[in-house]
Amino acid sequence: MSTAELLGKQEYKYGFITDIESDMIPRGLDEDTIRLIVEKKNEPEWMLQFRLKAYRQWLTLTEPKHWPNLVYPEVNYQGIIYYSAPKQRVKKASLDEVDPELIRTFEKLGIPLTEQKQLAGVAVDAVFDSVSVATTYKEKLKKHGVIFCSFTEAIREYPDLVKKYLGSVVPTNDNYFAALNSAVFSDGSFCFIPKGVHCPMELSTYFRINNSESGQFERTLIVAEEGSYVSYLEGCTAPKFDKNQLHAAVVELVALDDAQIKYSTVQNWYAGDEEGRGGIYNFVTKRGKCAGRNSKISWTQVETGSAITWKYPSCILLGDNSIGEFYSVALTNHAQQADTGTKMIHLGKNTRSTIISKGIAAGKSNNSYRGLVKVMPKAEGARNYTQCDSMLIGSNCGAHTFPYIEVMNNSSRVEHEASTSKISEEQLFYLQQRGISQEDAVSLIINGFCKDVFLQLPMEFAVEAQRLLGLKLEGSVG
Amino acid sequence: MLEIRDLYASVDGNEILKGINLHVKKGEIHAIMGPNGSGKSTLAKVLAGHPAYEVTRGEVIYEGKNLLEMSPDERAREGVFMAFQYPIEVPGVSNAQFLRLAYNEKRRHLGEEELDPLEFKDLLKQRAKVVEMDASLMNRSVNEGFSGGEKKRNEILQMAVLEPRLSILDETDSGLDIDALRIVANGVNQLHGPNTAMLVVTHYQRLLNYIVPDFVHVLSQGRIVREGGKELALELEQKGYDWLKASNGGPNGLGVTAN
Repeated sequence: MSTAELLGKQEYKYGFITDIESDMIPRGLDEDTIRLIVEKKNEPEWMLQFRLKAYRQWLTLTEPKHWPNLVYPEVNYQGIIYYSAPKQRVKKASLDEVDPELIRTFEKLGIPLTEQKQLAGVAVDAVFDSVSVATTYKEKLKKHGVIFCSFTEAIREYPDLVKKYLGSVVPTNDNYFAALNSAVFSDGSFCFIPKGVHCPMELSTYFRINNSESGQFERTLIVAEEGSYVSYLEGCTAPKFDKNQLHAAVVELVALDDAQIKYSTVQNWYAGDEEGRGGIYNFVTKRGKCAGRNSKISWTQVETGSAITWKYPSCILLGDNSIGEFYSVALTNHAQQADTGTKMIHLGKNTRSTIISKGIAAGKSNNSYRGLVKVMPKAEGARNYTQCDSMLIGSNCGAHTFPYIEVMNNSSRVEHEASTSKISEEQLFYLQQRGISQEDAVSLIINGFCKDVFLQLPMEFAVEAQRLLGLKLEGSVG
Repeated sequence: MLEIRDLYASVDGNEILKGINLHVKKGEIHAIMGPNGSGKSTLAKVLAGHPAYEVTRGEVIYEGKNLLEMSPDERAREGVFMAFQYPIEVPGVSNAQFLRLAYNEKRRHLGEEELDPLEFKDLLKQRAKVVEMDASLMNRSVNEGFSGGEKKRNEILQMAVLEPRLSILDETDSGLDIDALRIVANGVNQLHGPNTAMLVVTHYQRLLNYIVPDFVHVLSQGRIVREGGKELALELEQKGYDWLKASNGGPNGLGVTAN
């Protein structure tokens, strides 16, 4: 079978659509839209002001179309529906009251929400289009003082915490997409780990876009107080549509003295078809602030989906001795484009950062790593190690590396290593000669290539990520 | 077990094999010798199914089946094994992980239960003795950073794990010092029995001091030009490959036929 035939066989198994009645607002965006969202969500005045400020800033900003290595048609921001929520008869008081259709949807995605089937050891916040529909293990976590709830609930129940930290890492005017998100975000997850608490289970949010014309603008805020620890997982899928959908999220992390946040993502938004029709435009701002001494923020991402990925999970290393890490696997196939990487901003003394990036390009896709390592004058003794490896599958794809290094003191050390390789016929033949099928051989080589990143993922996620890469590459060599 | 009839093969349009005939029975060891460029390694790769080689004529019957119709991995699962002249590195994949995957593929093919990592570890430990292989090499990436000798031993370890019926050793002696050669040959001999067969491709006679062939076939310019018993190898060693040119054996030569 030819490469193209094999590629055609590959199916996106999360591409189904849930038939559910939605409460939508008319498409388009102006100040009235924002007032409408605030009204729908019954939000306080300070949220309205936060959103309006962001919206006015957004109007003055321009879309970053020139510097990323991405090509896509103009996005019509007035053609998007900014709020879409599944209709519910009554406000859910417990999981049993969540629409069974939604429960079934998440079950199909491998995310059981009902009490008896919940994933052991993982608390899940399930977000469907614009709203959070269920959060599991809330009570159990509360006993440990851990707050894990939807953003809507956080605004209502914990306004002081939200006011204090919202926008403290990613200001509303940070960039075009962050400003847009700040103006219209409809839900997301909020986590708060109090002083000295080691969060007893993994926390996770599962994002699902269902409506073909709504964008998804979610917001995640994680605050880890002194000496606390949390591991957070994020997963995402969307149905197959011929049209592109916009996803512009903002994630803010705050780690105080001696706190640790481990944030892992497996991104599998619909990537569009072979010709590049449809798929998600994924424009995401993720940033963590190591505010306290000896704090640590670690990003691990496995990016396999989306038609366009524009994403640079970053760390601001403010506290002395703080540590930032970025482990990334970005895989592009068919007509996908990814421009992804990180920013490590060293401000405190003896701050350390590690960047391990693995880019895999197949089909006619384009895969770019873009990373900034910035060491400020006061960051004495700062260290960075960066390793960027690219792997090409076939000869119609592209891999690029754009490292930016700015060092403003002479006691710091910055290292950068890069490599590009290709899966060779000899390697495949060798593995096949041992009885391993060609597809398994490709998976094995790719998983070996990504090993340093997979080791950072929680066990179940690592297994899922490996399986996903295999699936995504099925038949792309031949 | 293996019947090669009038086999022609080419790579990049260059014809390398020009009518090979060979019959291998269970329990036999056949040595394939010949000067550089005679087609020895090509024959090995064609039998293993390397995609760069195109068979233009002839047939190969293995255990009653048309070998040339099978993909390389199918051939492997059917019991055809090739020890590579230049074993390939697979970064990030541990030797143990790779071997377990290959081993379980074969088990599945035979309709047997797969082994879990712990069960497999025991099996691996036991098989590693065949080539006196250090346990530390099991957790390292496949062939990455291995010395030449370790790579060749690793090939025989794979053979020990997969228990092929037909083994093709492609220049397994190249790059080995005398101690490593002895270990490798000793391992190969332990793996040979009445139900297996081997094709030993080699340029030099020295390997055949340790792995004693039942038949020796000498290739030149893509044809078998001489065939005989193990003494033919010794004669070649003495007289050199130039002797063949002088005596011009023609197809299948003047020697004793193996069939």
